[in-house]
Amino acid sequence: MDTIEQGIGEVFTDPDADKARAFFRTKSRKMENKVMSVKEAVEKFVHDGDYLKGGGFGANRVPIAVYHEILRQGRKNLGLSGQTTTHDFEILCAGEAFNRCDAGYIVGLEARGLSPNARRYMESGKVKVSEWSNYAMAVRLKAGAAGVSFYPARNFMGTDTLKYSGGKVIECPFTKTKYVALPALYPDVAAIHVHEADMYGNCRVRGITVSDFDAARAAKHVIITCERLISTDEIRRDPSFTVIPFWCVDAVCEVPYGSYPGNMYGEYFSDEDHLREWMKVETDPEAFKAFLDKNIYSCKNHFEYIQKNGGMEKMQLLRQKEMMFVGARK
Amino acid sequence: MPDYNTMELMICTAARELEDGATVGVGTGAPCAAAMLAQKLQSPNLLILFEAGGVAPLIPEMPISVGDSRTTYKAIMASGMCEVMETACRGMLDYTFLGGAQIDMYGNLNSTRIGADHQKPKVRFPGSGGANDFASFCWRMMVMTPQDSKRFVEKVSYCTSPGWLTGGDSRAKSGLPLGAGPYKIITNMAVMDFEPESKRMRLIALNPGYSEKDVQDNCGFELLKAKKIVENEPPKAEELHILRDVIDPYRYVIGR
Repeated sequence: MDTIEQGIGEVFTDPDADKARAFFRTKSRKMENKVMSVKEAVEKFVHDGDYLKGGGFGANRVPIAVYHEILRQGRKNLGLSGQTTTHDFEILCAGEAFNRCDAGYIVGLEARGLSPNARRYMESGKVKVSEWSNYAMAVRLKAGAAGVSFYPARNFMGTDTLKYSGGKVIECPFTKTKYVALPALYPDVAAIHVHEADMYGNCRVRGITVSDFDAARAAKHVIITCERLISTDEIRRDPSFTVIPFWCVDAVCEVPYGSYPGNMYGEYFSDEDHLREWMKVETDPEAFKAFLDKNIYSCKNHFEYIQKNGGMEKMQLLRQKEMMFVGARK
Repeated sequence: MPDYNTMELMICTAARELEDGATVGVGTGAPCAAAMLAQKLQSPNLLILFEAGGVAPLIPEMPISVGDSRTTYKAIMASGMCEVMETACRGMLDYTFLGGAQIDMYGNLNSTRIGADHQKPKVRFPGSGGANDFASFCWRMMVMTPQDSKRFVEKVSYCTSPGWLTGGDSRAKSGLPLGAGPYKIITNMAVMDFEPESKRMRLIALNPGYSEKDVQDNCGFELLKAKKIVENEPPKAEELHILRDVIDPYRYVIGR
């Protein structure tokens, strides 16, 4: 198949489907207890230089505890999927944890504005960036989940997004239509926060799934954090709720309020005051350092972070906000 | 002085474009407010979709994120990004609203960077997000933005999301889905569309209190002008009431 046009963006991961198959051949199919702490999970499955894909959508159903632990353990030179990354991106920029990034949506926190520190980091020249779009990154995972090396899409063409991507324009062998071929993404590790999981890693998610169905399948290793551990009997009682099956998963960590300060569908709303505080404090390097020490580096785990930011009382308020109880809105 | 602000004017103008039964892909902020307003007025069956997976919610209050819980409130389906974008690529999404730091005479948008060095840009913006996707797939792409010659430039310094590319039949030849493209540009001063042959931006309507000269003076390239330029209706009392008291009581969007 001839390449009509191609981007100059680097493809940071190997899209080769046979190499991926060779890896997946070795992946355990055993139904074994995978429950561990977030600290253990990051020690085992996130290494310097790994390519990381985070689940959820920026500040919605995001594995915050894993990101904080990555900073505490001082991981460096990660590759990062910047597909709809917002507060998660902000955390990883604070730790300068990655040095290459596939940009779908980065730097901003949607309606909340841009993160001053994320901008600074991305303007510093320390990070290699390839451009894509959110859907392109979703499609790249879809190709990975399907065990193929690329997937065709109809976006990108004629734009600088194509030019700075690793995409290649090809012609359909049936219709002669032009498509952009997007390389499969097989992340070294995906971290995904879910509502419920059993000890083997069978997961249930409520609300939108974004790209997590494919991310969990395409990634070589998967760390699950969950609001609640549930029994396998409950999973087997109605398998129609299972979104991620156990054989994709390497670690299961129970982290109640694990998406805090982000939103968790049907559980708790985002802590907008805290997210605002993050963005504000980033404009003052000294204050930002103290803020990170307090909220991440000096914390043993996610519970301590929550304790320092209002504890159960705050969580209750955010639960009420999620349910839109009268008076809980501001 | 009119009893409405610029943001309210743009949202009301945009909402009137969304007819009942249509589908629209929106982000947070003004586009979402426009879709909600249309849904509460002339278009109760307007189907609103969010790129993160929310399909046809009855949005109770302004979402902060295109993936937050409000985007699936009383929705038809909580799906994922591929579902929404594939629906758009299949030709089922009629409208979308996009924005950016720059827009050019063919409706191309820049939301990625300012400065020539890609790895060390002068200013880094979020990038495409879902914008390149919606701009490629949705039949009619619209933009709501203040009229400003720094924003309306002859050629975007970086094309994140496709408009009519370099005009004429360039978009049709590019490989992007046929027949989709920029439709209307809504500003505080005017409404523009695109001349069908050249695909250049064309002034078609003025907001109350603005002249053709005002619009041209605040545009970094020469605007084409429609044979007949109409005057836009200002926001009606009912529109303003719903926008202020129901949709955005905390003035997240209209207070900007």
